[in-house]
Amino acid sequence: MKSNLKHWTLIVAAFAVLVAGSAGCKKKPANPFPDSNAIAGWQKTSEMRTFAAKDLWQYIDGDSEQYIQAGVVSTATTDYKFQGQLEAVVDVYTMGDAAGAKKILDSGQSSDAKTLQIGDAGIAYAQSIIFRKGVSLVRIVSYESTPTSAQALQALAHGVEAKL
Amino acid sequence: MNNRRDFLKTAATGAVILGSQSKLGLAAMLDQPGQHSAAKSKVVVARDPELHGPDGQLNESRVQGLLDRAIHNYTGIERPADAWKHIVPVGKTVGLKVNGLGGKGVSSHLALVLAICERLQQAGVKPANIVVWDRNARDIQACGLTINTDPGKIRVFGSDVSGYEDQQSSFGSARIKLSKILTQECAMVIGVPILKDHSGAGVTFAMKNMYGVVDRPQDLHAGGCNPGVADLNCIPAIREKVRFTIGDAMTSVYNGGPGFRPEFLWQPNALIVGEDRVAIDYTAWQMIEKKRADKGLPTLEAAGRPPRYITTAADAAHQLGVNDPNRIHLLEV
Repeated sequence: MKSNLKHWTLIVAAFAVLVAGSAGCKKKPANPFPDSNAIAGWQKTSEMRTFAAKDLWQYIDGDSEQYIQAGVVSTATTDYKFQGQLEAVVDVYTMGDAAGAKKILDSGQSSDAKTLQIGDAGIAYAQSIIFRKGVSLVRIVSYESTPTSAQALQALAHGVEAKL
Repeated sequence: MNNRRDFLKTAATGAVILGSQSKLGLAAMLDQPGQHSAAKSKVVVARDPELHGPDGQLNESRVQGLLDRAIHNYTGIERPADAWKHIVPVGKTVGLKVNGLGGKGVSSHLALVLAICERLQQAGVKPANIVVWDRNARDIQACGLTINTDPGKIRVFGSDVSGYEDQQSSFGSARIKLSKILTQECAMVIGVPILKDHSGAGVTFAMKNMYGVVDRPQDLHAGGCNPGVADLNCIPAIREKVRFTIGDAMTSVYNGGPGFRPEFLWQPNALIVGEDRVAIDYTAWQMIEKKRADKGLPTLEAAGRPPRYITTAADAAHQLGVNDPNRIHLLEV
């Protein structure tokens, strides 16, 4: 009887390991986006969409070339709204290495870029924030500028950074 | 350039190059394919400096007036409904190919689409014969449009609904499947692109807008989209049906495009109108270059992405239009 119990315990344990392993293989990509209200005032307004490098054109058309050349592996994006009004989109590009993220961040900055202390490096404009952390390159863009938008975007950016 | 005779004369080059054999609208009044004309291609750039308020918001009530001014100066016909009758075929389906790929901040404006639809209907085009379209629902919604497939109303939907032809079409490097909206729904298409800098092609406007008409645009991006853009526009259904452009240059990005980059946002407050897609793209390119120079940015050539496809589109193998400024009658109003 004891032997049978031991036998069944081993079978159940092995099955549990198999199930866990299988679930691990099928798990969704890591979600870098803060939930609604995790950052004060910010509501997530769309489901996360993800694009493999070969499908990135579906999202950003010809802009995908520069990311592919910098070694993008995948891209995740979602939309937010601040206090029911200010709309923003957050893109998280996962690059092959940190150098790829640096390459994108360093290219195409305008003269009014302000350095932002976030992640490994970041810059801020009135309506957008771009930063990198490890292999991640994050671009947050709002569709309008309000007196509070810059501060709100920074709060959202720090929320995303914390999840990377 | 205020009368119809002048309009016909200057519009001739564009129509010849368009190569349409149709008897619809403008084409019915213009030279036949294969003929060559010494007349210039006409491009109208209509501007309204008050189109955007000090807060950066578009004053939508001014868009209809801007459109009417552009069309009046292009056709030489004052009454909008009469002018539009010379542009579109009444009794046939007219498509408006918008561009919402850049997302909400830099896509063809809803106010412009509504203004065009208003005038189309006043010219006698039934709502059921108007289709506003783009690649997919997301791009359409980025323009502020709502999907509608009710056949009794103006239809608004994407190629994700219509699907693409099973058979490939090809010209040069372009081997693609065309949207059924272009091939099966529309007798004529008016391009309603949005002016943008493009990280690969240099500039995206009238001709590049056709990338949203095919199943695999990514296959046409090599070499700065050259000769992809020119080859694609030579595919007969595109060359013959896309016969007029009302280019949205009300808002633009002069760098960092084609996505929405607010740090490079710019409000030219303009519409660029004409039949010659090459002349229109050449004109748009010059606008972007001027803005880049004003901002101290290098030329697109120096930035390593000149829009070479514009030259290719004008060459003997493509003959889509003219890129020689001496052969473009640019009317700025």
